[in-house]
Amino acid sequence: MTELALYARLYWEFFKTGLFAIGGGMATVPFLQDIAQKTGWYTSADLANMIAVSESTPGPIGINMATYVGYTTGSTLAGSTPFIDALLGIVGAIIATIGLITAPVVIILIVAKFLEQFRDNKYVNAAMYGLRAASVALIAAAGVSIILISIFRIQNISDWRSAVIDVRCFILAAVVFVATRYIPKVKKWHPIVFILLSAVIGIIFHMGT
Amino acid sequence: MSTNENIQAERAGTASKKPSLGELFWAFTKVGAMTFGGGYAMLPIITRELCEKRDWVTEAEIMDYFAIGQCTPGVIAVNTATFTGRKMRGNVGGIVASLGIVFPSLVIITIIASLIRNFASLQPVQDALAGIRVCVCVLILNAVIKMWKSAVVDIPSLIMFILIFLASVFFNASPILMVVAAGVCGVLLKARETESTAAKAEAGQTASKAQAESNVTKPENKSGKEAD
Repeated sequence: MTELALYARLYWEFFKTGLFAIGGGMATVPFLQDIAQKTGWYTSADLANMIAVSESTPGPIGINMATYVGYTTGSTLAGSTPFIDALLGIVGAIIATIGLITAPVVIILIVAKFLEQFRDNKYVNAAMYGLRAASVALIAAAGVSIILISIFRIQNISDWRSAVIDVRCFILAAVVFVATRYIPKVKKWHPIVFILLSAVIGIIFHMGT
Repeated sequence: MSTNENIQAERAGTASKKPSLGELFWAFTKVGAMTFGGGYAMLPIITRELCEKRDWVTEAEIMDYFAIGQCTPGVIAVNTATFTGRKMRGNVGGIVASLGIVFPSLVIITIIASLIRNFASLQPVQDALAGIRVCVCVLILNAVIKMWKSAVVDIPSLIMFILIFLASVFFNASPILMVVAAGVCGVLLKARETESTAAKAEAGQTASKAQAESNVTKPENKSGKEAD
């Protein structure tokens, strides 16, 4: 019974995310953050791990994120054995992913009938003008909270007094930023390269402590 | 390659170019498994699988799907799958193709998630994840910089960006609420503007310059009101 209730909630949260996340893979991140705060299914640190995994594996990032969150949420149900945990996780992964794509699939099936009118509609274009700004602002805000967690080691901006300044993290962030933006050739590398290198650096400098 | 061509020739011969639902599912499973990242990065793979190897849709159609995918909810890869599947086999085809493209993610991510779950308590794994999280910060920042150029194009959109950013950083405002509000603001600000430009075009060349100037200044005035 509790499983059913949780799965229903999982579907509903991802259905909403699928309906309102517009503009690419990272657009789901602010919604996933919102889900984390409302439900406590996973932490912001978990979310950062999920982004890294989603970026470094095949498949669209948004879908990968949904699958990951669904698995994590499902497998934290009170399972008795690792096998049952995994099974509940797989069901959660499927439910979250289906939830995420329900609204977009239905919308596209409808839009496909009015393809030309939709593309040239002035109201659609006008709404997009606002939605693009919203999307980038929400992603930036989600980025800020992941920066707070990963670099300043605080959960919320209101905890700013207890922020630590971890020099190792700052240097790593600065190096990755410069490498991904300004060094010719290197900046064309796939994100997976930077993620793996950061993992190695994290191990060498014991950044988990 | 040769078997593939045979299949294609067969299909052309029987006049019905429609693939079976199984073929649809499989084609999009392949696309899902081969794309890293999503968005425009997967355009070459989609065109190769759907236009060159299968001749299901044209490149122009794919570009249309991408353009619409950007202004509808959901991941563009899935939007493209839904469009193509619907074109080939109706609504059921659209659903089957969409399920096909998410299938590889389900398998791969489930495996990785269960591995991370089981090994997350090990110190080296914790250290590695801490390093990775720092990298993710930069990746998000890069995504923001990239999107910024097409999203924040004038003062009203800059004001919307600042308001939404502050609301969600300091007040944890609901992202759904802000997306809806931004869409409404967009319509209020821009739909009227395009209307007035259309009216200007109708009016002809007689009263051109004065009206054009008033059009330029209008959105800023409106944005001031919105911000208040």
